[in-house]
Amino acid sequence: MNTTRMNGTGTGIYGIRTNGIGTNGMTEPININDCLLQLYEEHYELEDYQKGVPRWCTGCGDNAILTAVQRLCRDEALPPEKTVFVSGIGCSSRLPHYMNTYGVHSLHGRALPIAEGIRLARPDLKVFVNMGDGDCCSIGAAHWIHAIRYNMNMTVMLHDNNIYGLTKKQASPTSPIGLKTNTTPRGSYLEALNPLTVTLGVSNVSFVAQVVDWIPKLLYQTLSAAYHHKGFAFVRVIQRCPEWLPTHLDEYLHDPQRILLLQHENGLTIDAELSKRYTKIEEHDPSDLNRAREVASGADPIPVGILYRNDSVPRYEETRSDTRLRTASLVKNGLEAEFDKFTIWPEVDDRSSTGHARQNAQRESEYGS
Amino acid sequence: MEVEEIIEVSFKTNGHTEGATIGAPRRKATKLKEHIVEIISDSGEGAQKCGQSFGSIVARMGIGVWTVEIIPAEIRPPARSVAGASGNKIRIGSKRITNGGDETDLVIAFNEQVLLGRVRANELKPSCTILLESMWRDDKRVSQSYIDAVEQLQGAGYKVYEIPMETECHKIVKDARKGKNMFALGLLCGLYSLDLQVARDQVALTFGKKSRAVVETNVALLEAGYAYAGENLDFRYEVPTVKSTEPQIIVNGNTALALGVLASGMEICAMYPITPATSASHYLSDVFEEVGGVVHQAEDEIAACAFAIGASYAGKCTITITSGPGYSLKQEAIGLAVMGEIPLVVVNVQRGGPSTGQPTKTEQGDLMTAIFGSHGDAPKVVIAPGTIEDCFYSVITARKIAETFNTVVVILSDANLASSQQPFRRPVFEEAWLAPPIDQSAVPAGSKPYDWDPKTGLARRFIPGQPGGQHTLTGLAHDENSHVAYDAEINQRAMRARSLKLAALQKTLKPPTVYGDSTGDLLLIGWGSTKGAIEEAVETLRAEGKKVSSMHLTFLQPMAPGIKEIMTGFKKVMTIENNWSDSPNDEIIDESNRRYSALATLLRSRYLVDVDCWSECRGTPLKPNTVRRIIEEAIA
Repeated sequence: MNTTRMNGTGTGIYGIRTNGIGTNGMTEPININDCLLQLYEEHYELEDYQKGVPRWCTGCGDNAILTAVQRLCRDEALPPEKTVFVSGIGCSSRLPHYMNTYGVHSLHGRALPIAEGIRLARPDLKVFVNMGDGDCCSIGAAHWIHAIRYNMNMTVMLHDNNIYGLTKKQASPTSPIGLKTNTTPRGSYLEALNPLTVTLGVSNVSFVAQVVDWIPKLLYQTLSAAYHHKGFAFVRVIQRCPEWLPTHLDEYLHDPQRILLLQHENGLTIDAELSKRYTKIEEHDPSDLNRAREVASGADPIPVGILYRNDSVPRYEETRSDTRLRTASLVKNGLEAEFDKFTIWPEVDDRSSTGHARQNAQRESEYGS
Repeated sequence: MEVEEIIEVSFKTNGHTEGATIGAPRRKATKLKEHIVEIISDSGEGAQKCGQSFGSIVARMGIGVWTVEIIPAEIRPPARSVAGASGNKIRIGSKRITNGGDETDLVIAFNEQVLLGRVRANELKPSCTILLESMWRDDKRVSQSYIDAVEQLQGAGYKVYEIPMETECHKIVKDARKGKNMFALGLLCGLYSLDLQVARDQVALTFGKKSRAVVETNVALLEAGYAYAGENLDFRYEVPTVKSTEPQIIVNGNTALALGVLASGMEICAMYPITPATSASHYLSDVFEEVGGVVHQAEDEIAACAFAIGASYAGKCTITITSGPGYSLKQEAIGLAVMGEIPLVVVNVQRGGPSTGQPTKTEQGDLMTAIFGSHGDAPKVVIAPGTIEDCFYSVITARKIAETFNTVVVILSDANLASSQQPFRRPVFEEAWLAPPIDQSAVPAGSKPYDWDPKTGLARRFIPGQPGGQHTLTGLAHDENSHVAYDAEINQRAMRARSLKLAALQKTLKPPTVYGDSTGDLLLIGWGSTKGAIEEAVETLRAEGKKVSSMHLTFLQPMAPGIKEIMTGFKKVMTIENNWSDSPNDEIIDESNRRYSALATLLRSRYLVDVDCWSECRGTPLKPNTVRRIIEEAIA
């Protein structure tokens, strides 16, 4: 991998400093993006992104995801201070704590709106989101649906182990029917929710992929493709929970025939080594939404790869944000114009022939500027 | 109605030849210190537009004014229903008006049913003048109920003038439903001797976005109403003007809040529609982009708050605007902002509660929720604007506090402030209102994201983009490095730091001012939108020699210093609030179970002073004469 990039957001130019709180800096507004000089080559090591020792169980799929995103950050030479990992609550959501980047370990189900706020406020930051299946598909389901509509540029990982882990084995929306858990001791009652078909059913969907935690190469490739997608890149990672469902995915793990690799020149490329083991491969064009929905509906074999990709869907932050420099005079002028609409001007002596509107207009020009 | 003198005045046309063409005979005008006018109709008949325009016209002429919206709960309640009254109450006077006042002196009603609704709600003075649309007399379906109502009203002592508004409007427009409101506006302008040209200008402004023909038709209706009043009504009023020497702006509290958002330098407002807060976001949506701002309509209240937290965390202090039910939904997220020490401004435009309550009515029921809301100890700042002008400045203050103390600031407005209009001095822009640019400098080596000052609890916040400041903000208990920590000592230390910040803020506050003498028989304490009514009542009774004063609290959490000292100067202290308290007169209520109103509870617990309270939850703005009655009872 090429670990040296000219990406212009290097740590070597920390010296771009804006005045901190307490200074009246609005007279000299600084647009961060305009100021960054593309001078320094930056080189990062995996250690630059690692922090602490993960406290996940041995064999937990979260470890695989953490390793993949750390590699991704290194390979993309993302400045750690310009990168934010946002998570909800649950085992998966501990991930930001193990990244030496900025992070928000937020509220159960609310990772997406928090990430959206960050994204709208700061287009210069790279935003990643990590959520569990309870987080995303249950308590945060409303946010998930609408995040797809907003299509804001962020890399979103659904850590889907079909079970609530941190709260100790309760059925999740993606638990298969009949699964025995602490809240469904006689087997879960409901058909599982399919996060892929749900995502593909929402307007403005722009990137949907699925991968499994036990094929690191594809996990990395998929997350990398998601990172490079401009928009809401949704990756469902089917992962193992060794503590509560130790054998749940064994059949898939041990039988390569129960994995369906999706391959396309605009999707993933499957190398020789992988195609030797995983022989079920389908040429799938990620621009084909109807086929993507069909593929997504299949649970066995598990489809792995990029189901859908559309770079042309508008991104909410680009539609909404303003590129003008937000100077004090911009605010002042806007505010004064609004005040003018509601202003009652003091009486003037000369009222001959001019109506109030005319007088007001005159007065406004005196006060307004 | 206080009649000062009867004088002979001409219609004020100020030399406009157009004005002179209106065939208004000269008639004696009764000069008034103040009057309360109401215009009510079915929803959708434009009474609100008429009332707002009337308010603007009198304000432009220099007459003191406060307008109150009369809003039914439904968008389109059934026509001619007692509960469906929609319109405006406009209090006008020869000096600055600070509240909606008492009962109404003159009302224009488009049908007798909405009028009966106001009568039953005791909103009309016993001698009230009624101008009633008379078309129903000839409508076979309803004529009997109309005739009964008129007889009943006349019998009750009201002066009823039946006006053929529909017929008169038909002379100008085919569909009188669209236009009757401007005819009514003309009637009012004529009756109150207003400058017709100012009224024409206002109509042009009101319909400015529509075609010239629409403006001309509405001006014609206005003039027709004006002429009708002159030709057919045997009374006329004039309220002397109080010309201001400096420019004033006239807006309602929600618009003032939104203007405050612009002025505060905030760039993002995240919201979800809810009555009665939404009009602030409507206005902001219209104008925020002019200054590079964004109103984000989130998928729900929780998302709006979380979105605001995300943007604030990223360095741009953000506001979220809501009302009671939405405020409840935001509680968990507010707790995260407190725990993570993220600056955040939350506006709660209070309405009647609990649950869905009275969405269009005013109440001050959320004070306790604002201070103590969110589970665990979640210290936050709570301020309450007391006037329309305060609504504007409170946002600027709130952002500054939020960013200085890295905390949540709650602004408690209410439906009364939200929809009332009152002129105030046009603010003079200051650059210091705006937020500084986002700090992107490298953090000093070895510094920590929560390096709590042992004395004040304050810590310098690290913002994404600052090299060396990387940390993961968490709602879990954490140490100075933002590392998850369940250690007993660390949790105690962190809780202490977050709490101390309020004390640090409190040390910077000035004691509240006392309205009236600093000693006396009775001190009334209020907060929020009741300020004008309380102070007016205090002023009136002080003029009668009563030893009563009042104090209005802007900071509810933390409370300013000096409050106890002020209270000790009075024989009796009581709060006046628009929320619930048990009446000590109820049979099973005694000192061991009486639930005091919110502010009284807070004052009693903090200062160990025997603070009494009076409060009500009628959903209507507090009236000065209600306060007068309470004062008289309390002093007696």
